[in-house]
Amino acid sequence: MQTSILNYIGRFIIIVILQVFVLNKIQISGYINPFLYVFFILILPFDIPRYLLLIVAFVLGLTIDMFCDTAGMHTSATVFMAFLRPGVINAISIKDEFEPKTFPGLHNMDTSWVLKYSIILIFFHHTFLFFLEVFSFAEFFTTLWRSILSTLVTFIFVFIGFFLESKPLRRR
Amino acid sequence: MRNLLNFIARHHFFFLFLALQIIAFIILIQNSYYHRSFWINSVNYITGQLYHKYTDVGEYFYLKKINERLAEENQNLINQTPYSFMKTDEQIFFFRDTIYNRQYSYVSARVINNSVNRRNNYLTLNKGRLHGIEPDMGVITSQGVIGIVKNVSANFSSVLSLLHVDTRISAKIMKNGHLGTILWDAPNYRKVAMKHVPPHVEIQPGDTIITSGYSKIFPEDILIGTVSDFDIKRGESFITIQVDLLEDFNNLTYVHVVKNLYRQEQMDIEYHSRTKPMYW
Repeated sequence: MQTSILNYIGRFIIIVILQVFVLNKIQISGYINPFLYVFFILILPFDIPRYLLLIVAFVLGLTIDMFCDTAGMHTSATVFMAFLRPGVINAISIKDEFEPKTFPGLHNMDTSWVLKYSIILIFFHHTFLFFLEVFSFAEFFTTLWRSILSTLVTFIFVFIGFFLESKPLRRR
Repeated sequence: MRNLLNFIARHHFFFLFLALQIIAFIILIQNSYYHRSFWINSVNYITGQLYHKYTDVGEYFYLKKINERLAEENQNLINQTPYSFMKTDEQIFFFRDTIYNRQYSYVSARVINNSVNRRNNYLTLNKGRLHGIEPDMGVITSQGVIGIVKNVSANFSSVLSLLHVDTRISAKIMKNGHLGTILWDAPNYRKVAMKHVPPHVEIQPGDTIITSGYSKIFPEDILIGTVSDFDIKRGESFITIQVDLLEDFNNLTYVHVVKNLYRQEQMDIEYHSRTKPMYW
């Protein structure tokens, strides 16, 4: 248990650094920006206490906000996404019980499950974030289109992340 | 009371979500009002230092381009020095020049944080109050207008980029001097719109747009961009011009902060003439 907490702290730091210093500097046409940091919420264990899930999301969002100068936007969106996570897992899974101390990934779930799980949550996160950023429904379709495109871009990065996460465990 | 506590305990997930969401919103609302001065002053000091280090490394990649730009600016400056003019008369006389009084002074600063991919973009400069920068100064480069200083700490300053929903800049068409307002309306960070140009004005693609000098912030004749397209939108009686920016906002390194030495005087007299009731 101790090592897994340390593992997650390590991942947290790596993901934040990757997001702030690499991905935020990449410019993909218009203002599409991949937000890989949501990956951290996606790979938290199945049996994490739900209050802890929200608090972790809050801390993660606050950290990203500090570096992006966006004051509360990422916090709000990430907490919203963490709130939806248990519901989404319940809705798309056939079985109710998961092995304790496992986390969602390609090593124990179907590819189609991972696909659904991550795309739904990323889309909710991005839509919430972008509407919060614009703070009005005036440019509704532009904003929606932006969040769809960004979801796809983020998803590509997240999928690579899942791929990397599941490899060492398979070997074991 | 016990029932209420039970209820909250049973639905702790939802109530915690609500509480955290409210905290996030408080942070957001507090800070989007008056451009997040709280956030900038406290947290930016730390992240500012980090970005400082990051930019120190990243700057090496732009050295070639900066050198070219510097050489170009040097060339322009050398062209204006007395040494590059031939003397045509032998009489030399000195006089106290009262025709020209200096109106603008410039501080050059380095951009240490910048974005172009949001609806509202900000820049951070590595100079602040200690270097004479104050809120509401203009920020320019040799290629165009960059933005307006919004908040200043001891060593850093935060700049409202031209790519921000609140930025309005008074501009004119160079060849005939007609006025308009520059604002950013599209996701493309290389283009801005110029609005409120009356329909009788003759425009051609490629015309140069410059600042009008009617603001107290920017000097006259600072470059902004060139006309790429123009039309009259349905339901409007003014032309909207699409302007290609000359400066690439994704690639800013050094900028100049403009101080208008007569700003206070101009503001005072304008304030007096607008507020004092006139009796005669």
